[in-house]
Amino acid sequence: MANTKEVRKQISSIKSTQKITSAMEMVAASKMKKTQDTMLEGRPYSLKIKDLIAHIASANSEYSHPFCEERKAKKACFIVVSSDKGLCGGLNINLFKQVISKSAELNKNGIESCFALIGTKASVFFKSVGGQIVGVAEKLGDKPNPDDLIGLTKIVLDMHKSEDIDEAYLCSNIFVNTMTQQPNIDQLIPLVPQDGDDLISTHWDYIYEPEAKDLLDGLLTRYIESLVYQSVVENSACEQAAKMIAMKNATDNAGDLIKELELLYNNVRQAAITQELSEIVGGAAAV
Amino acid sequence: MNTIKINIVSASEEIYSGEATMVYATGSLGEIGIAPGHTQLLTGLAPGPVRVQNGKDEEAFFCSGGFLEVQPDLVTVLSDTAERADSLDEAEAIKAKEAAEQSLADKDSTIDYAKAAAQLAEAVARLKTIQKLRKNQ
Repeated sequence: MANTKEVRKQISSIKSTQKITSAMEMVAASKMKKTQDTMLEGRPYSLKIKDLIAHIASANSEYSHPFCEERKAKKACFIVVSSDKGLCGGLNINLFKQVISKSAELNKNGIESCFALIGTKASVFFKSVGGQIVGVAEKLGDKPNPDDLIGLTKIVLDMHKSEDIDEAYLCSNIFVNTMTQQPNIDQLIPLVPQDGDDLISTHWDYIYEPEAKDLLDGLLTRYIESLVYQSVVENSACEQAAKMIAMKNATDNAGDLIKELELLYNNVRQAAITQELSEIVGGAAAV
Repeated sequence: MNTIKINIVSASEEIYSGEATMVYATGSLGEIGIAPGHTQLLTGLAPGPVRVQNGKDEEAFFCSGGFLEVQPDLVTVLSDTAERADSLDEAEAIKAKEAAEQSLADKDSTIDYAKAAAQLAEAVARLKTIQKLRKNQ
């Protein structure tokens, strides 16, 4: 049977771990509020630009943009959004699993995959898995700056322009609520026409100032940048929520463990006392 | 009175949403005015003011670039950065303009020319917005 000193040592080590996890839980809770605010601030823009793209898709433009055209797919690029730090439960790995299975599915149809990665966790994972990595953006911090993502987005768009890739997917977690985050894969290119609000169904087109081509080029690039940015912001809200839950579970588990160990400690202590007493009684009887 | 819905959003927040009788903006090909029932129009925005008129009330915003979409009953401004004109500070704007001019003049400067020119254009547009607003008051 273990001796009291050993058990006491174990208890104190678990207690200090519990202190750390509960501190991390509180930090994540306060950061979660901030990241959620950032996520909500960005929503109006992404909703409006989505509406606008839906309008454009329903307009009868004489110019058709390469992003909207479907061509025979040979290679696809996955933009994978992950967190920079770990300790957030299965958040990242659940997403990676989905990406891998989607990429395997495409592979069956003869479509190769390459990856553009956002976040340290994704870059570590996909390096170890061994996929073709075309770009990495890491260490974006708690408040990601849109400028940090433009470079990565540009790599993907340029590859599409030069016909190195034919499809692009955006993979990230969707914030459902604090308890649930949903891994999700969206098709970026070719653009899937969204159901817009009920617009006039008659034949119409915009007046473009300046040329339709320049304008749509800029606008669609901005649209894709805004989608990527919004998903990064949303992912960071997911990260903090998942971290909070993971740390709360860890703290609770540590509490359970401490309770069990304290019971064991008392048992051991009591056994030692009983043994001593019976030795004394035995000794007295012998005399 | 006839009105048109207007939404101004920037990448980080919603700036303005409401009704207007007339909207003025700085398009990339020049200033444009939009009345209710305007035909569909899609244009880029140059740095400059966007003014929203509703009856006698007028509000001004500063946009440093972006896109403008017009539907007969709806105007959407997707701005790169937008701020309410009341929050624009003239002293700050002048300072930014001078800094931009200086880096244009300074040939050894590490900032490349295109960037400096863009900064100058933005600073000048900012100043213009402020001065226009002053005149209206």
